[in-house]
Amino acid sequence: MATQHSRAAARLMMAPAVVLLLGWMLVPLIMTLTFSFKKYLPLKGGDLGWVGFENYIRFFTASAFWPSVLSTLILVGGVLAITVVLGVLLALLLDQPFWGQGIVRILVIAPFFVMPTVSALVWKNMFMDPVNGLFAHLFKAFGAQPYDWLSQSPLLSIIVIVAWQWLPFATLILLTAIQSLDSEQLEAAEMDGAPVLARFGYIVLPHLARAITVVILIQTIFLLSIFAEIFVTTQGSFGTKTLTYLIYQRVLESQNVGLGSAGGIFAVILANIVAIFLMRIVGKNLDA
Amino acid sequence: MARRVSTRRKAITTLAAWSVGFLIFFPILWTVLTSFKTEAQAIADPPLFLGFDWTLENYAVVQERSDYLRFLWNSVIIAGGSTLLGTMVAIPAAWAMAFVPGKKTKDILLWMLSTKMLPAVGVLYPIYLIFIQLGLLDSRIGLVVVLMLCNLPIIVWMLYTYFKEIPGEILEAARMDGATLREEILYVLTPMAVPGIASTILLNIILAWNEAFWTLNLTAAKAAPLTAFIASYSSPEGLFYAKLSAASTLAIAPILILGWFSQKQLVRGLTFGAVK
Amino acid sequence: MTFLARALMGATALTLVAGPALAEKLTIATVNNGDMIRMQKLTDDFTAKNPDIELEWVTLEENVLRQRVTQDIAAKGGQFDVMTIGTYEVPIWGAQDWLVSLNDLPADYDVDDLLPAIRSGLTVDGNLYAAPFYGESSMVMYRKDLMEKAGLTMPEAPTWDFIKEAAAAMTDKDNEVYGICLRGKAGWGENMAFLTAMGNSFGARWFDEEWKPQFDSQAWSDTLTFYLDLMNSYGPPGASSNGFNENLSLFQTGKCGMWIDATVAASFVTNPTDSQVADKVGFALAPDKGLGKRGNWLWAWSLAIPAGSDSVDAAKKFVAWATSKDYTALVASKEGWANVPPGTRTSLYENAEYAKVPFAKMTIDSINAADPKSPTVDPVPYTGVQFVAIPEFAGIATQVGQEFSAALAGQQSAADALAKAQSLTADEMEAAGY
Repeated sequence: MATQHSRAAARLMMAPAVVLLLGWMLVPLIMTLTFSFKKYLPLKGGDLGWVGFENYIRFFTASAFWPSVLSTLILVGGVLAITVVLGVLLALLLDQPFWGQGIVRILVIAPFFVMPTVSALVWKNMFMDPVNGLFAHLFKAFGAQPYDWLSQSPLLSIIVIVAWQWLPFATLILLTAIQSLDSEQLEAAEMDGAPVLARFGYIVLPHLARAITVVILIQTIFLLSIFAEIFVTTQGSFGTKTLTYLIYQRVLESQNVGLGSAGGIFAVILANIVAIFLMRIVGKNLDA
Repeated sequence: MARRVSTRRKAITTLAAWSVGFLIFFPILWTVLTSFKTEAQAIADPPLFLGFDWTLENYAVVQERSDYLRFLWNSVIIAGGSTLLGTMVAIPAAWAMAFVPGKKTKDILLWMLSTKMLPAVGVLYPIYLIFIQLGLLDSRIGLVVVLMLCNLPIIVWMLYTYFKEIPGEILEAARMDGATLREEILYVLTPMAVPGIASTILLNIILAWNEAFWTLNLTAAKAAPLTAFIASYSSPEGLFYAKLSAASTLAIAPILILGWFSQKQLVRGLTFGAVK
Repeated sequence: MTFLARALMGATALTLVAGPALAEKLTIATVNNGDMIRMQKLTDDFTAKNPDIELEWVTLEENVLRQRVTQDIAAKGGQFDVMTIGTYEVPIWGAQDWLVSLNDLPADYDVDDLLPAIRSGLTVDGNLYAAPFYGESSMVMYRKDLMEKAGLTMPEAPTWDFIKEAAAAMTDKDNEVYGICLRGKAGWGENMAFLTAMGNSFGARWFDEEWKPQFDSQAWSDTLTFYLDLMNSYGPPGASSNGFNENLSLFQTGKCGMWIDATVAASFVTNPTDSQVADKVGFALAPDKGLGKRGNWLWAWSLAIPAGSDSVDAAKKFVAWATSKDYTALVASKEGWANVPPGTRTSLYENAEYAKVPFAKMTIDSINAADPKSPTVDPVPYTGVQFVAIPEFAGIATQVGQEFSAALAGQQSAADALAKAQSLTADEMEAAGY
């Protein structure tokens, strides 16, 4: 149906979005790339000349580098694992008929609307604080020692906070997917005497595959750049320094723009590798 | 369609679902409750759930310290403006991708999404310098543009998935009747896509409302939205749980209410074409 | 959509109505500390005297504020007309000519009244680059009732060994009373401020005269080991996340026996509306180790005007107002003498009314006991008591602070933390070209 004419029109219609995004990507990227080959220290007069690959070498050989890559992967992987597993279970539960579905759905969706800064502050102070936090009160009520979440299990604590924010998102997508499942097929399997686990494994899970990939893709995009939750809770202490946070520390805390930019370029490359990897899977699933 | 289940099973499910829902919602509930306590009651052990003297004092203190409405207004303008602008740019693009797909369409779409993965911290300095040059620091316009660009890929993608579900024959029929491209989009496509567009807008308002990196780093006083409002309560001297709760409640309430009222559209919007 | 369109149109209309304002607008960046919040409340007094100046406040939490103003001044963003900065930033920024010199403040400002130690910290090459809003040192705050119960008496100038003994005697974990509360939260202005000052009293230093990092010295090892031992045995749980504010709430709710921290805290812990232990607090000088230096710091939150401001004259009026004797009198008349911003003017400490405030004498004694020009036992090439006045310090010290904080959380030993601190400091200093 696409004529020559409509192709031209289509190109024209895509142009604004493509040009804008290209500019948004290229201009800062080229500037960052330039900075990354310079000694650029704003507190010492700014641009201090070209230094070749020195910034890259320094960034990669710093003792904080590999741990930060590892923390990033654990954080993203942890949140994904929790939200997908709990999301599937929750979606299965909410798919059952029960009284007050509308209200429960409102309750479950709510964390998604909460600002990351706010949720980090609330969790950190009112729940995880080892003296006045609710968890501490709870532990004490059962005669246990209060647990200091943010310094004893810092990465886990942040994963919990972030997972709480993203669980509604995963649940909703998965719930919609489950609702579209052909219930006759399930009932037929039930009649045939297929056990619950088998029904789940052979019918429900394959049906959800597509929804799960979407959840993983969208969440990874947002999780790679997690910042507020770390800034508010641990400020990168105790091994919670992700790549994003490490770059923040170089650029803003140390005001070493050259070094931070080298890290930024690395993060861009890493993000694109992840992107290509994800796109391969999702692209297949999305038959765009 | 409705599956018939025993009342007993339904009762058990109800109990389980409500417990889980309550558990997930609890942190928000607790924040709202705490905002009505005094500072001393806020840290009381054992914790007080309802049996405390409800007070509005914290809200008064917060309002006295920072003019809530001004921050709120900035948030509305920035979140609304960036979403609206983004949608206007995205609709034609998504239309073209959905109805005149070329060999490169898929690649372009995926490339757009990949721009979302650029770490904001890495490009803060360049953006800051550009903003200084253009005089955009601490301006709503500047933030509207930046957040629009941040969310544009998501908007395009969401709209694309909706448009794809609209059968092409209808458009073709319209074309047969002599509708121009503009008319086709405006009078045929858009009405059919209204639910999709609405949920796209909703989701992006939420994303823009909660964006805390650019909004904090590119504003000072004039354009500062609620994310900056909350940044002045994160750890004041002395006891602050109640005041923090009041400020938090104020910061999240508008979007929470909007989200609840429109949750049906939103749920539909969140599927990203994952569900057929 | 129509709602949004209308909202946007409304916004445009609003801007049009607001029109070109006649008043000159000052954008003031400040910290959300109690004294600054009070200043914000009292600005009616300023605007009444200066009807042509309008004030816009950007009040942020300390870490966010620092990042914002540093970014703005380094990139010359020019978003602020007045910035709240400390004795660390002023000498560095002043030397770069990024701040407006305040030498021409009016005569009734009485610049000679400023405390010499504070004033010299804000002066570069004879130019005053910031006006002190409040000054602080650090001291020991302790619970007199618990001390008595433990059968001990706090000397006016305790030693670290006495602090340890007292902490042991006061700790009663079953009742949630911890003998000692100290900063553990990572950050150059948090745990490193305390540990650097404490290190000074133990004979430790950041760098030797060749700018070689000294974390491999015995003195640092003694400092950190003593600190960890003290905190692990008698400190509150979760101490590695506690900064000034967290410890303040702990002390106010009666959970600390002793707390060594900023002298400004004294007015908060003795304020009966916020503090449950207001009438039981005693004060003493920061401890020493008999080496001639005490573990107290010197800091002044100050108001400075960035060189990029386009309202320098109006900004100067504001800075002079907020740091004047009149402002002190204004606070005293509205909130009582205990709440005036301390530690900036000699005249305040000569005031008979102020002398009645229980912590006045200990505050001025502590401030006078700190010497930024010669902070350590062994000679050093830098100035600054709890910091090193070079631009790289904030970044380095925050990373070192994270290592020490991880040691306090039990994730690594003192020796490991010091070894990492040594190598990362050496690394960064080399990168910076020292």
